[in-house]
Amino acid sequence: MAEEVKLFRTWSSPFALRAVWALKIKGIDYETIFEDLSNKSPSLLQYNPVYKKVPVLVHKGKPIAESLVILEYIDETWKQAPLLPEDPHERATARFWAKFGEDKVLTSIWSVFIKQGKEQEEAMVPALENLKFLEEELKGKKFFGGETIGFVDLALGWLGNLISILEEIVGLKVVDGEKFPLLSAWMQDFADAPIIKDNWPPRDRMIVKFQALRDATIAAAAAAATSK
Amino acid sequence: MATSDVKLLGAWPSPFALRVHIALNIKSIDYECLEENLLAKSQLLLQSNPVHKKVPVLIHHDKPICESLAIVQYIDEAWSSAPSILPSDPYDRAVARFWAAYIDDKWFPWLNGVANAQGAEAKKAALDQVREGLVVLEEAFGKCSKGKDFFSGDRIGYVDIALGCFLGWVYVAEKRNDVKLLVEDKMPGLAAWANKFCEDGTVKDVMPDKDELLEFANMILEARAKLNASSNN
Repeated sequence: MAEEVKLFRTWSSPFALRAVWALKIKGIDYETIFEDLSNKSPSLLQYNPVYKKVPVLVHKGKPIAESLVILEYIDETWKQAPLLPEDPHERATARFWAKFGEDKVLTSIWSVFIKQGKEQEEAMVPALENLKFLEEELKGKKFFGGETIGFVDLALGWLGNLISILEEIVGLKVVDGEKFPLLSAWMQDFADAPIIKDNWPPRDRMIVKFQALRDATIAAAAAAATSK
Repeated sequence: MATSDVKLLGAWPSPFALRVHIALNIKSIDYECLEENLLAKSQLLLQSNPVHKKVPVLIHHDKPICESLAIVQYIDEAWSSAPSILPSDPYDRAVARFWAAYIDDKWFPWLNGVANAQGAEAKKAALDQVREGLVVLEEAFGKCSKGKDFFSGDRIGYVDIALGCFLGWVYVAEKRNDVKLLVEDKMPGLAAWANKFCEDGTVKDVMPDKDELLEFANMILEARAKLNASSNN
């Protein structure tokens, strides 16, 4: 019943994509509500008063916010096509890597792309270290989930797409095919996987958006530096 | 479960390690506690948590599990008999995970930010932010507890563990800055909860003594201040 499940999202939010992928992988019908973050709907504010952000999943009138929390809820509510493994140790490992992606990989990669010159070179060091851990974790596997896409792939997958967009904007290769053969292959395999490949936001719009975001971030940093 | 099968690599001041102690106590699991010296980390820690090199690490059947909330959920799932730490209903579990994430991603960095704030104005702003977060958590407590003692109801559960582990450090921030953070008239639910939490059988023997923690914090922060002062010369 499509009316039972609603997803509040934006066209570009990578966090909302996680929920889109999970719902589609499990074959769940749902209604999409696209939000304009400069003019948030009363519903969004009511359903996510703490953060006022997307994504929010609403199931039978009850809201769930925070994309990784939403992923676990989807997995526990609809048992087909499981995202997390059954074994408790493997589940703990999956949760560990999803958190690592969120806390470390994202911030270190973003740091590289909003900096320039020597600062950018310095920012590359932790970014590459973090990517090396992911490369290690992929040993012997096609996806982080094994043979099929799982929780960690959905948690990290958008990052692969974003990295390729940022690399294009900045003209800098971070995930080098020689240094990171497994991670490069995973980024491609994930991007091309059924369901995943049909749901990427338009690349040209993403390039425009992230170019603007990068320019604004650099300008703000420069302004802050000169005002000190 | 063989008792020597469960080891916890921890450190007495660590609130994150405390979460694991409490979870193990809730399930009445016997475990070996290995106290780490965070200035001279053991080989076992470095091997078990190569990514972060941090405590806590739970080692069960020689397999390590890292990240305190991942460990707590692991304990709940690997020892699945009652009492449970997370609720059984998926929606209630999502609510619990939401609040634990809020505590880790928003509130704890604010608490941590108090020590890092330089100057009176920045300190006041940092303390105000911690208090604002506690007001949000007070509301969450009201909704989650439904009139009972803990976020989880009658017994300590996931969110209680996620937040309660920081009570000693809240005390440290209060004493060091001569303020009240857990303000009884603004947060009556949390104030009562805090007392019950600290007195609970699963908590009271593993929670570090507040004044020892204060002494430890004073020592660390003074050493850090000296280091900053000398590097600025």
